[in-house]
Amino acid sequence: MTLSRRNILKIGGAAAALPLLGSRAFAQTEPLKVGFMLIGTVNDNGWNFGHDEGRKFMEEQLGSAVTSTVVENVPEGPDSERVLRELAQSGHKLIFATSFGYGDYVLKVAQQFPDVIFEHATGYQRADNVGTYNARFYEGRAVCGDIAGHMSKTGKAGYIGSFPIPEVVMGINSFTLAARKVNPDFTMTPVYISTWNDPAREADAARAMIDQGIDIIAQHTDGPAALQVAQERGIVGGFGQGADMSAFAPEAQLTSIIDIWGPHYTKTAQEVLDGTWVSDDEWPGIADGAVVIGPYGEKVPEEVVASAETLKAAIIAGASTIWTGPIRDTEGNIRIAEGETMTDEQLLTMDWYVEGVNPPA
Amino acid sequence: MSLLIPILITVIGASTPILIAALGELVVEKAGVLNLGVEGMMLVGAIVGFLVVFLTGNHYLALLLAAGAGLLTSLIFAFLTLNLSANQTATGLALTIFGTGFSALAGQGYSARPVTLMSPLFPPELATHPVWRIVFGFPAPVYFSLVMVVAIWWFFKKSRLGLILRAVGENDLSAHSIGYSVIGVRYMAVMFGGAMAGIGGACFPLLLTPQWAEGMTAGRGWIAVALVVFSSWRPFRLLAGAYLFGLVMTMELYAKAGGGPLAVIPAELWSAMPYIATVVVLVLISIRRDASTNAPACLGKPFLPTN
Repeated sequence: MTLSRRNILKIGGAAAALPLLGSRAFAQTEPLKVGFMLIGTVNDNGWNFGHDEGRKFMEEQLGSAVTSTVVENVPEGPDSERVLRELAQSGHKLIFATSFGYGDYVLKVAQQFPDVIFEHATGYQRADNVGTYNARFYEGRAVCGDIAGHMSKTGKAGYIGSFPIPEVVMGINSFTLAARKVNPDFTMTPVYISTWNDPAREADAARAMIDQGIDIIAQHTDGPAALQVAQERGIVGGFGQGADMSAFAPEAQLTSIIDIWGPHYTKTAQEVLDGTWVSDDEWPGIADGAVVIGPYGEKVPEEVVASAETLKAAIIAGASTIWTGPIRDTEGNIRIAEGETMTDEQLLTMDWYVEGVNPPA
Repeated sequence: MSLLIPILITVIGASTPILIAALGELVVEKAGVLNLGVEGMMLVGAIVGFLVVFLTGNHYLALLLAAGAGLLTSLIFAFLTLNLSANQTATGLALTIFGTGFSALAGQGYSARPVTLMSPLFPPELATHPVWRIVFGFPAPVYFSLVMVVAIWWFFKKSRLGLILRAVGENDLSAHSIGYSVIGVRYMAVMFGGAMAGIGGACFPLLLTPQWAEGMTAGRGWIAVALVVFSSWRPFRLLAGAYLFGLVMTMELYAKAGGGPLAVIPAELWSAMPYIATVVVLVLISIRRDASTNAPACLGKPFLPTN
């Protein structure tokens, strides 16, 4: 056969068709490629570490049925769109995007790849091939708030926040509501630092709070910097976020909220393998094992542990009244009337603070 | 005001790594070289400093080896730009990317390992009163940064080598024609800048937050580069600039934690403050057309002797 232009095209066409045949023929044995896009690094001992542990759990559970790829340090901007597209183009049929700010890009790329399934963590926008999932961290925050209400001597707590998004605001409110049930004078001061990962800044924020009289610190950023400062200054303590951080602050960590994503990842991948996946919103909490309260610090007295465990049991039993009115906002207006309970919809769009929070600018 | 001392302590802590790295870059730029790789070299210094403390527990050895690591990193830049006349801007940016990636690789698996903060240089008995804490309460790098401000000022104003270095930065061909080694002087300057960036980076795990976290310098290297311009290449202005930046970054946190009039400014605007301040100063400098910006005349230009 002479290598004319036409023949080359024919050969090329035949070669291009081969993988199509192949994928049909070997569909049973080809593993599902699962992509994970993370905002930070899997070594952060917090949020991203938690997601990576979930990924490993999924791989263990499903064995050769899945393979996975992790892309770390993807900023919540146009870069995330590029990464999503690359994952989709390189054959990933299930992609987890694990930060709030990825939302718009997930929807955009999902339109271009209708046969790829996307799952967006902590988001609220869905499509036929885009589902959302989250965990009810606020349940863990309430348990922390209960401990803080019992243990704080000054009655003042600080909260290092990344961005004032509903996920963070909800945590601050839940913590404060629980603490004020124990100590009605308890106040909470949030400080937003406009980043998920700047340990030096987190530490400075913690110092600024402690210098001004707080003795309990909580954080919604990705690392243990605030707890280290709590340890260094010898205040009452703080809470691990996303993972057990007791190695960094053995005395100061009162307990921690641990995220367990593994079961969700396993279940979702299995649904995609079985072809039963449908777009929905999943929001499991302590009762489902998605949010776990870590070991209590040695400093926490027995009666405080008992109180925290009682609250935890109430949450598991579905009898918790975290979001049941009357709930007032910072101005003293009743936002949730007596006997009324906030809906998930109201929680997910929360942009106001409860009484006891010193509202940030 | 009881808060004054704690605020000052936090300000000095936040400013010191930036000041050290910026002093290094000042010397580099005075020699006519623009090294934008400060952030990358700081990260290399941070991971090496962390690893040495983690493995040996010796903070001084950590600072020394971090300086060495920064210096070695800067040699890559020196070779490419001085020997091969590669574009300094692009090479500096590449060095930052390299430093970020290298430090992340070297730090793999070490982020769950806490270390200890460096203790103050002077015995604690000297720092019992809050006012004396401001004088005697800091670890060595803080005093080192202040000594270096004076030393670098003296070096440029009074020393012969300083004069040669400035000549190389202002007019490399003239310096070359009267027999000075332009490349040699620039090598020394770049290596000094690398060592200082390494020490500045090591301050993060040693002074500020005793852990390793990827990208933990979080853009401070860029602030250091901006500060050199901000200071019009003068060491004492650099000191003032670094502390001013530290003050802005710290006041935000204190205002937010304590309320008061400053807390009204939104967090996003506070975060942009250092950048806004840089732009304002650059504009002010350029308005004063008569007085030059004081930038070394050969800054960023490769040295290409005609003969």
